[in-house]
Amino acid sequence: MSDLAIDREVDRSNMQISDEVAIQITDMNKWYGSFHVLRDINLTVNRGERIVICGPSGSGKSTLIRCINRLEEHQKGQIIVDGTELTSDLKNIDKIRSEVGMCFQHFNLFPHLTILENCTLAPIWVRKTPKKEAEEVAMHFLEKVKIPEQALKYPGQLSGGQQQRVAIARSLCMKPRIMLFDEPTSALDPEMIAEVLDTMIELAEEGMTMLCVTHEMGFARKVANRVIFMDAGQIVEQNEPEEFFNNPQSDRTKLFLSQILGH
Amino acid sequence: MTSSQHASYVRTEMLPESPPPLTESGIVKWVKENLFSGWINSLLTVVSLYVIYVCLSHIIPWVFQSVWNAGSLTECREIAQEAYGHTHGACWAVIKERWHQLLFGFYPQDLYWRPILAFLLMFVALAPILFDRVPRKLLFFTAIYPFLMIWLCWGGSIWGPVCAALGFVIGYFTLITLEKVAGSLIAIIGMFVVPVMWWLYLSGPVSEMLTSTLPIGLQAVGSKDIGGFMLSFIIGLSGIALSFPIGLLLALGRQSNLFIVKSICVGFIEFIRGVPLITLLFVASLLLGYFLPKEVTFDLIVRVIILVTLFAAAYMAEVIRGGLAALPRGQYEAADALGLDYWKSMRLIILPQALKISIPGIVSTFIGLFKDTVLVVFVGLQDPIGFSNLIRAATEWNGIYWELFVFIGACFFVCCFSMSRYSMYLERKLQTDHR
Repeated sequence: MSDLAIDREVDRSNMQISDEVAIQITDMNKWYGSFHVLRDINLTVNRGERIVICGPSGSGKSTLIRCINRLEEHQKGQIIVDGTELTSDLKNIDKIRSEVGMCFQHFNLFPHLTILENCTLAPIWVRKTPKKEAEEVAMHFLEKVKIPEQALKYPGQLSGGQQQRVAIARSLCMKPRIMLFDEPTSALDPEMIAEVLDTMIELAEEGMTMLCVTHEMGFARKVANRVIFMDAGQIVEQNEPEEFFNNPQSDRTKLFLSQILGH
Repeated sequence: MTSSQHASYVRTEMLPESPPPLTESGIVKWVKENLFSGWINSLLTVVSLYVIYVCLSHIIPWVFQSVWNAGSLTECREIAQEAYGHTHGACWAVIKERWHQLLFGFYPQDLYWRPILAFLLMFVALAPILFDRVPRKLLFFTAIYPFLMIWLCWGGSIWGPVCAALGFVIGYFTLITLEKVAGSLIAIIGMFVVPVMWWLYLSGPVSEMLTSTLPIGLQAVGSKDIGGFMLSFIIGLSGIALSFPIGLLLALGRQSNLFIVKSICVGFIEFIRGVPLITLLFVASLLLGYFLPKEVTFDLIVRVIILVTLFAAAYMAEVIRGGLAALPRGQYEAADALGLDYWKSMRLIILPQALKISIPGIVSTFIGLFKDTVLVVFVGLQDPIGFSNLIRAATEWNGIYWELFVFIGACFFVCCFSMSRYSMYLERKLQTDHR
């Protein structure tokens, strides 16, 4: 779609994929009522990988990454994040959630708190960081996403792109080891997509393990080391970006790519 | 387009911002636009003015051509006939003579300073809750105020309220110590069990012992002597203070995934909302007496407070549930995704927003509760309405209605209107979505 959104070279020197497994999903199934939304998902993500998940709407890609921090519950199979299996044990879930950052399509900032309070809330209440230290960390990350001057405003006073960058900073304040992005640019104006993608690229350049559900194929090409195509709740095809875009194997993938890149 | 010259255009300079055009202004324009903008509007304006005139021409003489000093209604009428030539004026003398009963009931006159002091201290206790600029240390006073209020109004030994308050302190320390020793579940159970044991078995003897060794106290006043607005305030304020937390828990319980908790909350809310308040008040005054064992006798005022509280709590729960439902699901998810546990996400993220949305509904419930306190007249408590009946029952004031009800209405209006204005102030203060 908007290849134009990224106009800079990506520095790959820190993007090293280690042998250590960050996420291991085995034979995972999920149903919404009687609707079989995810079918036999098998996926291993190593530390430092940058994975882009794409596919038509309703293919289960958002549900998949929402299962990784248990915003959705899977009914069959196994998900192991950072060596901890996701079960109904609330302690494990809270532990995993504090290690896994997540950005949503609609940002989901807390509108009754200032930008700074949004960023310091979880470190203070979950990690028990002293307030002053949490604020220093928050300002550090707000500077990184280039909006330290907005720290004392409320989310409602910021533009969509700024809000999404705050949301990224808010996740980073928890010093997560894995970041999940659920269509982070889908609700944004074209002019604001670039600034959010730029922040995400910087994150990738620092070696963060990332799973992104996105339709930004330019981002996938430049940043991802693996692209996963999903349809009807299944992983249809996965490959390195070059191969995936230039030489898609399945007919379903070809159709999807022709629709999304065709114009 | 016929030629390409029309299609191609490049703006070379951006237009500056300019003020709106100056038009005619002032009062004449306003009147013309708002009152006489067409023949229908003109007609409506004239008719409205006439209606206002008729109303005022009756109300103003009634209020101002009135009698303030008289011993009875007949005397009132004689004075009015002499002074104004008619007897349409109000007879405010009844308020002047009986205001103390409307406000305090049969409370002993030489002890009026106690309810007045309690009333004034109420503002001190409310201040830190209502306004965040007030020093936080005052919250300590807010915590002890209920016991102080009870002691001031009912009198008796100071050790009764002190021992009752001690129960809460004991509960708090039980929670802290048990949490360190035995884990949070046992601590929470202990927090409820230990104070209840204290109230049931120990606090009575202890307060008696303290009273006999160190008798500090005020002259006791029985519940039957407490009436008028003082009673309305006691019931209304206790109801408001207690129904809010209970309603909050019920609303959260109704949203819970735990089946039993949810069923209990739904059952309670639907039952209470399905029954008229007056029925519950009769339950309080009659049925509880049959069901409870002979030794357990609650004061009628306490029973009424309990049922009024439960009644308001059910409505409160539904109002708060509306606020919870109005929050986008993303807020719950974002709180979860950051690793906040249930209580923290409720306290820090969900409730501040849900309660803000529910402020108008919550305050409406408070106002409704406060006004519903007049229903206690039906179970034999003498609230202002009850006293208006008693005053009319006296031979000298037989047949007087309007003056009493206007006075009572005005008092209620002042309270309810200030609550409503406060809620608007609060909404404005909490608004964060402006640019």
